[in-house]
Amino acid sequence: MDVSQYLDMFLDETKEHLQNLSDQIMRLEENPEDTDVINEIFRAAHTLKGMAGTMGFTRMQTLTHDMENVFSEVRSGKLKVNSQIIDVFFSCLDALDEYVQNIQNTSSEGTNDNPELIQRLNACLSGSKEAPAAEEKKAVEAVPAKEPERPSAPAGKWDEIELNDAIKEAIREARADGDECYGLNVVIQEKCLLKAARAFLVLRTVSEKGEIIASSPSTQDIEDERFDRDFTLIVISRLTLEELLKAAGNISEIECVTGAILDLNQQNKKEPISKPEEKEDSQVSAAPAAVPANEVSAPKAVAEAKPASEEEKQPEKKSVSVGKHLGNKTIRVDIEKLDELMNLVSELIIAKNSIVSATQSGQNQAKNGIKDNIEYLERVTTNLHESVMKVRMVPIETVTNKFPRMIRDISKKLDKRMELYMTGEDTELDRTVVDELGDPLMHLLRNSADHGLETEDVRIKRGKNPVGSIFLEAAQVGNNVVIEVRDDGNGIDVEAVKKKALERGTITPEQAETMSDKEIIDLLFLPSFSTAKQVTDVSGRGVGLDVVKAKIESLSGEVEVRSKLGEGSSWIIRLPMTLAIIQTLMVEVGGEKYAIPLSSIQSIETIHYADLKTVQNKQVINLRGIVMPIVSLFDVLEVEGTRIPEEEMTVVVARKGDRYAGLVIDRLIGQLEIVIKPLGKYSKQCKYVSGATILGDGEVALILDANALI
Amino acid sequence: MAEKDVTQADKSQYVVIRLGNEQYGIDVHYVENIVRMQKITRIPKMPKYLTGIINLRGEVLPVMSIRIKMGLEKDVYEKKTRIIVLKTQTEGNLGVIVDEVKEVVTLESTQVDGVDDLKLDGKAFVSGVGKRDNGDLISLLDLSVITLEENA
Repeated sequence: MDVSQYLDMFLDETKEHLQNLSDQIMRLEENPEDTDVINEIFRAAHTLKGMAGTMGFTRMQTLTHDMENVFSEVRSGKLKVNSQIIDVFFSCLDALDEYVQNIQNTSSEGTNDNPELIQRLNACLSGSKEAPAAEEKKAVEAVPAKEPERPSAPAGKWDEIELNDAIKEAIREARADGDECYGLNVVIQEKCLLKAARAFLVLRTVSEKGEIIASSPSTQDIEDERFDRDFTLIVISRLTLEELLKAAGNISEIECVTGAILDLNQQNKKEPISKPEEKEDSQVSAAPAAVPANEVSAPKAVAEAKPASEEEKQPEKKSVSVGKHLGNKTIRVDIEKLDELMNLVSELIIAKNSIVSATQSGQNQAKNGIKDNIEYLERVTTNLHESVMKVRMVPIETVTNKFPRMIRDISKKLDKRMELYMTGEDTELDRTVVDELGDPLMHLLRNSADHGLETEDVRIKRGKNPVGSIFLEAAQVGNNVVIEVRDDGNGIDVEAVKKKALERGTITPEQAETMSDKEIIDLLFLPSFSTAKQVTDVSGRGVGLDVVKAKIESLSGEVEVRSKLGEGSSWIIRLPMTLAIIQTLMVEVGGEKYAIPLSSIQSIETIHYADLKTVQNKQVINLRGIVMPIVSLFDVLEVEGTRIPEEEMTVVVARKGDRYAGLVIDRLIGQLEIVIKPLGKYSKQCKYVSGATILGDGEVALILDANALI
Repeated sequence: MAEKDVTQADKSQYVVIRLGNEQYGIDVHYVENIVRMQKITRIPKMPKYLTGIINLRGEVLPVMSIRIKMGLEKDVYEKKTRIIVLKTQTEGNLGVIVDEVKEVVTLESTQVDGVDDLKLDGKAFVSGVGKRDNGDLISLLDLSVITLEENA
């Protein structure tokens, strides 16, 4: 079955609906009586079911169907929402999520039927007060979904198709060859979401059995979904009508397929299933075919389909997706942003044209003209950069919106009451960064929930609110985005960390003596270091903070911990807003050019050698009250050749959080906006270099990672 | 991989390059492009054989010295020095510096001998020896070894 062209859309929308469901179910838990929420849930579940069915993911369809049954009970007030039911719903969402993952990775939903979940759902149903009513309801609900093949009314439409002489001739020839010509009318279920996909399947199936010689609307229109609910085909085939009808009717979500042998001479009425009636005025006429029994069932089917379809007339957002293939990452782009881009591109073209015309005019004029236009061009390209970057920006909401649910689960599992407060979810970050951010944040939150927050009785003893609080706050600070995960729990027990480190031999007793609290806390970021006294399901397996740190650093960000024993701890993540284009200071060291990101530069100073002091064999400088180490880039970067010490030196003061370092350089070149190019695997080994860029003259310059130097 | 191509296909084409006085062959399947020598930007703290990076039509391309990798003397950049851009399976493209690119030859599988009998010392960078009709010998470079990242 080829529905792959709709797969991207399906995945996108399914994820959206799943997220919506999850949000709404959370709300339902807080507010079990809210009918709006229940209706919304019902709609989302219903839509999901329809979409899964359309795409042929039957397991997903079955599960959502059973969920929908329970939701419907809830909606009708026959079933009271309790936390048990909510739990079941969440497990179902997880299972659905799994299907979606499978589909995304393999384009098949996998083989897990989740019988246990379905059983639990049914248990919920039978637990409702009026079990028989539920059963009945279920049966009714099941009808539209489970009877893909149901013949019904609007027959004889094929007679309305105007056939030109060539087609008529073809039909006659075919008949002479022993083939038969049929008119087919296909009605798609009203609630079918991807009508075009279904129609396409029908077209394909039919053309496997015979040749489609005419259709109304045209096949192109059918594939583009420019039809209402039904379409009509005229087919030449060697098969009997029943075989054709069966083949087409086997496709799911087809409400009915009717057909008859097409009669060019308006005389023969040898339909296998016939019933004389109507449409004698049509150009090519044949009696429409429909079994009387079908006539009876059809209106009922329509009547049933109606309410369902109304419920699901949810506004469908059109997506602008970049890229087509399975597994490709798409991004939804505000149409305004695209318009802006388009605008800039047209300006770019104007600028180009002006330059072309300037070069064609006289000498002196040309010089001025080109200069003006280059300035213009510069402005346009800068704006273009900005706009493209904006397109890549997505709110971190896309990863944080699953956290409330996660905290709820953890809360249940650990039997601690806790509340998650999130602010600044609309803070925007580059898409690539946001994608990678989910795991580290999740880890920190789990960490806070498990290790940070005390158990309820301890909290009461300490005079704290028995319900623990976890905060997730994001904000844009300058060129960075700062995300803070904070809890009002126990904080980090420095002594415990120290003890653990000694036990593990991570540090020696002598080291332990001299280490500051901060240094000891930083030990937590070392691989396989977990201080949880008990390994729980949630965290404490010893893989964790080191991974968080590595991940954040791979995004050119950094993590910092602040903690106060008894009062809580906060984990601060700093990330550059975009990864692709940054403002840098170009400097020269030993004849080589390096770019230092402006975001990490505090100031530029000229320092006399005489002002340098030595502390523990390290050169430091006292700059307006701040003592900072002096790092010679010449030495650190192992530049070849020797260097003549001068009396004065230029120092770039780099800043990382509240730590500073002076980087000694040879010469300042100037500020430059650069495009970051990845270094590739071969050259990734130098930790001082975070990337490369290509300068105006085509030369490659390296971008220094000032954070690594501090 | 290189061996496979040699033994399975009847004919294989090789780019003949010169390193010092020796001629080497690189399977054309691995060659993406050949560019002139240009300024190479050094990266600090890298293994010696990784010379640096260059700008290849707007993308950054790492460049490696085969000479240093094979334990020969350092490259001397001359007029004929070229960078051959190789396709590698996992690591992305990689440029290698050669003293000269001579020609492309086609060798039949019967013209290629294994190197097992030659008792070469140390690491085998060569997967076979090609015998040309004119009697010249071409050492066929084993690119999977050449492009292998030692520190990875």
